[in-house]
Amino acid sequence: MSHTLFRLTTTLYLLGTISYVVYLFFPKKWAYRTASVSLLAGFILHTGSFTSRISKVGFPPVTNLHDALSFMAWAVIGIYLLILLKYKIRVIGAFIAPLAFLLMFSAYSLPKDIAPLVVPYLKAFWLPVHIILVVIGNGFFAVAFAVAIMYLIQENQLKSKKIGKMYYSLPSLDILDNINHKALSYGFPLLTLGVVSGAIVSEQMRGGMLKGGMSELWTIMVWILYAVLLHGRIYSGWRGRKASRVSIAAFIILLVTFVGINITVGEGFRFH
Amino acid sequence: MNIVVVGLSHKTAPVEIREKVTFPADKMAGYLSDLTCRKGVSEGVILSTCNRVEVVAIVSHIQEGIEEIKGFIAQSNGISRDILDNHLYSHTSEEGIKHVFRVASSLDSMVVGEPQILGQMKDAYQYALEHNVTGIILNKFFRKAFSVAKRVRTETNIASSAVSISYAAVELAKKIFGDLSDKRVLLIGAGEMCELAAKHFVNSGIKEILVTNRTHSRAEKLAADFGGKALLFENIELDLDEVDIILSSTGSPVHIISVAQVKKALKKRRNSPMFFIDIAVPRDIDPEINNLDNAYLYDIDNLQGVVQSNMKEREKEAAAAEEIIAGEIGQFHKWLRTLDITPTIVSLREKLEGIRRQEIDKLLANLEDLSDKQKKVIESATNAMINKVLHMPISNLKKMADTAEGDLHIDSARKLFDLD
Repeated sequence: MSHTLFRLTTTLYLLGTISYVVYLFFPKKWAYRTASVSLLAGFILHTGSFTSRISKVGFPPVTNLHDALSFMAWAVIGIYLLILLKYKIRVIGAFIAPLAFLLMFSAYSLPKDIAPLVVPYLKAFWLPVHIILVVIGNGFFAVAFAVAIMYLIQENQLKSKKIGKMYYSLPSLDILDNINHKALSYGFPLLTLGVVSGAIVSEQMRGGMLKGGMSELWTIMVWILYAVLLHGRIYSGWRGRKASRVSIAAFIILLVTFVGINITVGEGFRFH
Repeated sequence: MNIVVVGLSHKTAPVEIREKVTFPADKMAGYLSDLTCRKGVSEGVILSTCNRVEVVAIVSHIQEGIEEIKGFIAQSNGISRDILDNHLYSHTSEEGIKHVFRVASSLDSMVVGEPQILGQMKDAYQYALEHNVTGIILNKFFRKAFSVAKRVRTETNIASSAVSISYAAVELAKKIFGDLSDKRVLLIGAGEMCELAAKHFVNSGIKEILVTNRTHSRAEKLAADFGGKALLFENIELDLDEVDIILSSTGSPVHIISVAQVKKALKKRRNSPMFFIDIAVPRDIDPEINNLDNAYLYDIDNLQGVVQSNMKEREKEAAAAEEIIAGEIGQFHKWLRTLDITPTIVSLREKLEGIRRQEIDKLLANLEDLSDKQKKVIESATNAMINKVLHMPISNLKKMADTAEGDLHIDSARKLFDLD
C-alpha cells in the first residue's frame, strides 16, 4: 500500500519537474497548472504514504536511508508550497521539483524495511523530534540552495549581458537573495536544535557518541558553514553571488553528511 | 452579410497621407451616421489613430460596399480617390476577420505588442455602439476581437519586454531590484535619451530622483521638472552610496565615476546592489565597474543588445499569437456563415409547412368523421415526413455555406425551392 503511494508520489514529482522545466522556458499557463497540480497531489499522497507507514510501525519510520530521503523530499515540497503562498514566484518550482524528485528517486531502490528500535519506545522520544527538526531544517536549506542557483543564473545573464530565455522567466535578484536569506534564517535554528537533539538521542541510545566520529565532524562542519554564512549575511553585508555560492556549497556538504549519517546510523540500528 | 475592412496604416501610407486622413473623435457621430446611411452598409465602426485609419463595416455586397467606403473616406477628408486608392487596403470575410483580430492583438502595430491599440479600438467600438450604428454582427465581432487580443496578451509574452532603450533600462532595474519604490535614482548630465529614461523611472514609482550637472542651474531646472532634488556636481562621490540607480550622459571626455569610488560606495552600502546606466559616448563610467560584485553597468550598446533580444522574443511570441488568431477566425467565420444560411432555412421550413397545412386542411375537409386522436396521428405523421425530408438538405446546406462558394449554394437552394 505505502509502496504504491511512494511510486505514485515519485511519478507526480517527476511530472511536476518536467512541466516546471517547460514553464521555465515557455511560461505557459497550462505548464504551470500541470506542475502545481502534480506537486500538490504528490505532496498529499506523500503525506498519506507517511501516515500509512507510521500506523504500520507505531513510530515515525525514520530509521533507514530510504525513509530519511523521502521525508526530506516531503519537507522540500512542503516548504516550497508555503513559499508559493507568500511570494507567488512559481518558477522556483523548476528548481525545487527536480531536487525533490531526485531525492525520491535515490530513495526508490534503497531497502524499505523498518529496523526495530533497539531501545524502548518511551526512551526514543528524542529520535523523532531530532529527525523532524533536521529534515525540516534541511528543507529550508534546500530552498536556499535552489534560489541560490537561480540567483547565479540570473546574475550571470545580467553581468554578461547575454539575455537568454531564462532572463524573462526568472525573478529579480533582490527577491532571490531575500528568499535565500529568509530560508537560511529559518533553517539554521532548526539545524542547531536538530544537532542538540541528535546528541541527546545518541547519548540515550548508545550511552555515548555515535560509532565513527566522522559523522559528528561533518555535522559540526555543516553547522559552522551555515553559521558563518548567516553571520556574514547579517553582520558583514554578505549577499548576492558570494552568499549564493556558499549556500550551494554548504547544501552539497549537508546532503553528503545527511546520507552518510543515515547509513552509519542505519547500520547501528540494525547491528547494534 | 459580409464583413469588410477598408483602411490605411503606417504600412501602406506615409505620414504625409496619414495626417490628411483622420476622423477626429469630436465629429465621430456625424461620420458614423454618414457611413451607415450609404447604400448597402448596415453596420460600421471607424478606428482613427496616428498610425492607422480603418473602417470596419457590414455590407450586403462586397465590391459595392468597398467602393462606398472608399468614397466615404475620400469625401470625408476631401482627398481625391486617385491619391487615396494607392494607399488603401481592403479585406473581406476571413481575411477581414483576421485583419481586425491582428490589429486588436497589436500584431499589425509599428511596435509589435504595444498596448495602446487595443484601448483605441475599444473606444472606437464604444463610440459606434453608443450611436447605434453597430448591430448583431459587429457587436459580436468586436467583442470577439477584444477577447482574442486578451488571449494573445495572456497566453503569449508579446508585450512583456521593452523595445526601447530607455524603457529597457527600467526593466533591467526591475530584474535587479525587484521593487523600485524604495530606490533612488541619480541623473548625471542631460540629453534626450537620459531624460526619457529618467522619466520612465519616475513613472515606475521610484522613491526619489537626484539631478546633477556641471552647470548647476541646469540641474536645478531638470530637478524641478522631475520633482526631484538638484545635487552639486562636485558632490557626486560623496553621495554615491545614497543612490541605487545611476543614469549618466555627459559630454565629458574622461570617466566621471571610477572603480575606486564605486568600491567605496558599495562598502558603505553593505553591498546593496548598484545599477549604472551609461548612455554617454565617450563613456562616463569606468567599464571595469561591471566586474565588481553587486554592481551592474550597462552602456548604450549593452542596452541596444537587450532591446534586440526583446525584439526577437516578441517576434517568436508573435508566431504563437498568429496561431491563436488562426484558431479563432474559423470559429467566428462559421458563425457568420450560419447567419447567412438562417433566413434560407427558415423560409424553406415555412414553405414546406405551408404546403403541409394546405394539404391537411383539404384532407380534413374530405374526412369529416375523424376522431381527435386520428387527427393528431395525421398531424404528427406529416410533421415527421417534413422533418425527415428536410434533414439532409439543411445539414448539407450548412456545410456548403461554410465553403468559398457558400453564397452561390445558398442562392441555388433559394432558386430550387423558389423562396424569393
